[in-house]
Amino acid sequence: MYPRAFHYHRARSLEQASSLLAELGEEAKVLAGGQSLIPLMKLRLASPGHLVDLNFVPGLSYVEQNDGEIRSGALTRHAEIESSPVAQQIPILYDCASGIADVQVRNRGTLGGSLAEADPSGDWAPVLLTLSTAVRCVGPQGERTIPLSKFFLDAYTTALGPAELVSEVVVQIPPKNSGGAYLAFKRCAPVYATASVAVHLTVEDKDICKDARIALGAVGLTAIRAQQAEAALRGQAFTKKSIDAAAEAAHAAAEPQSDMRGSAEYKRGLVGALVKRAIEIALRRSRGERVEVSHIYV
Amino acid sequence: MSETIERVPIRVTVNGKGYQREVEPRLLLVDFLREELDLTGTHIGCDTSYCGACTVLLNEASVKSCTVFAVQADQGEVLTVEGLEQDGHLHPLQQAFADHYGLQCGYCTPGLLLSACHLLVKNPHPTEQQIRKAIAGNTCRCTGYQNILKAIQAAAQSMGK
Repeated sequence: MYPRAFHYHRARSLEQASSLLAELGEEAKVLAGGQSLIPLMKLRLASPGHLVDLNFVPGLSYVEQNDGEIRSGALTRHAEIESSPVAQQIPILYDCASGIADVQVRNRGTLGGSLAEADPSGDWAPVLLTLSTAVRCVGPQGERTIPLSKFFLDAYTTALGPAELVSEVVVQIPPKNSGGAYLAFKRCAPVYATASVAVHLTVEDKDICKDARIALGAVGLTAIRAQQAEAALRGQAFTKKSIDAAAEAAHAAAEPQSDMRGSAEYKRGLVGALVKRAIEIALRRSRGERVEVSHIYV
Repeated sequence: MSETIERVPIRVTVNGKGYQREVEPRLLLVDFLREELDLTGTHIGCDTSYCGACTVLLNEASVKSCTVFAVQADQGEVLTVEGLEQDGHLHPLQQAFADHYGLQCGYCTPGLLLSACHLLVKNPHPTEQQIRKAIAGNTCRCTGYQNILKAIQAAAQSMGK
């Protein structure tokens, strides 16, 4: 299968890529890892006349720690995050990076590309929404920083301007006594999740929940922050009652559609179950326990 | 009406040998290997980035060559199944796949060999779980995977000696 013929532009810097996008207009798309874009082009669901390739821009691939934050370049591949000792300090980042699709896709797919594509089933969005994350961007008007909570506007639609690109993703390192978990439930490795849940908890003495962030993936047009579910935990002890209340609120917050991955009702049920499981793992991790989880295959 | 698309000069090292070509931007890496270089060991399976039959190593990382444009491999190094054998000797993974019946029809084998090769370079002594995860992007419809697991375990052992 072949995409429509396109003109190829190899950018040497993000600024140059941005000028090319401004000049070429709507016919141009950005090529990062290409693991979504190339299949879409081969199926002719996307048929750009121009591709601006970022893969030869130097210095866009890194994971660094500085002043309580982790900064990753837009072109950092999922596999680089998976093997980065910096990212491994935050187990939820490792859960996500090590489970996206399969090895081959993780070797190519990028963090910046995943966020900029804004696929409703993308893995990074729910995970990073449970942490304090900002997206740094470069465009014709220069640089700006967008909080991730304001980045996704709709399915496949972000706050990025037409000639604007993600340059870096900045994640605040969560406080001590906190822990998170990401669970994505899927049919097999290379496919998107049927539903996914990210939970990050900050725990006070005697197992009282100081703060909770819960986000749902693949069950709405964008990743969904389940704020009622968070409220059900905040200030409470982690008991069966509070965890059940959080799961019920998350079940209600999901906005799934029936499709080949499952019926809407099935996905809602899945969300409730995954939230309970993720809370338990996040809680154990907040106590310093090592728990290995990642994407779950049916 | 067709407009002229500029071809792009690329330089790629494949299995240790340098090649220079001018390619159309939409040429996929798998077709570059198969059609331009006549290296037909790399197979096209699903053509939608699912099955992993087209897996090759690009700059030491396994990739699905049906989901990479040849222009993206410019200045890069590619390893295909043809490059595994050295001086007439099968690579230990190839030998182990033969010894342990790790294939039946053989269609998925080139991709599985490269995925396994990528794994053993990064992790010479993988657990069974790690092997399973490493080949999760390679579909085999004949073997049921058991003999593939055995083959990779045996290759890891023989390479570790």
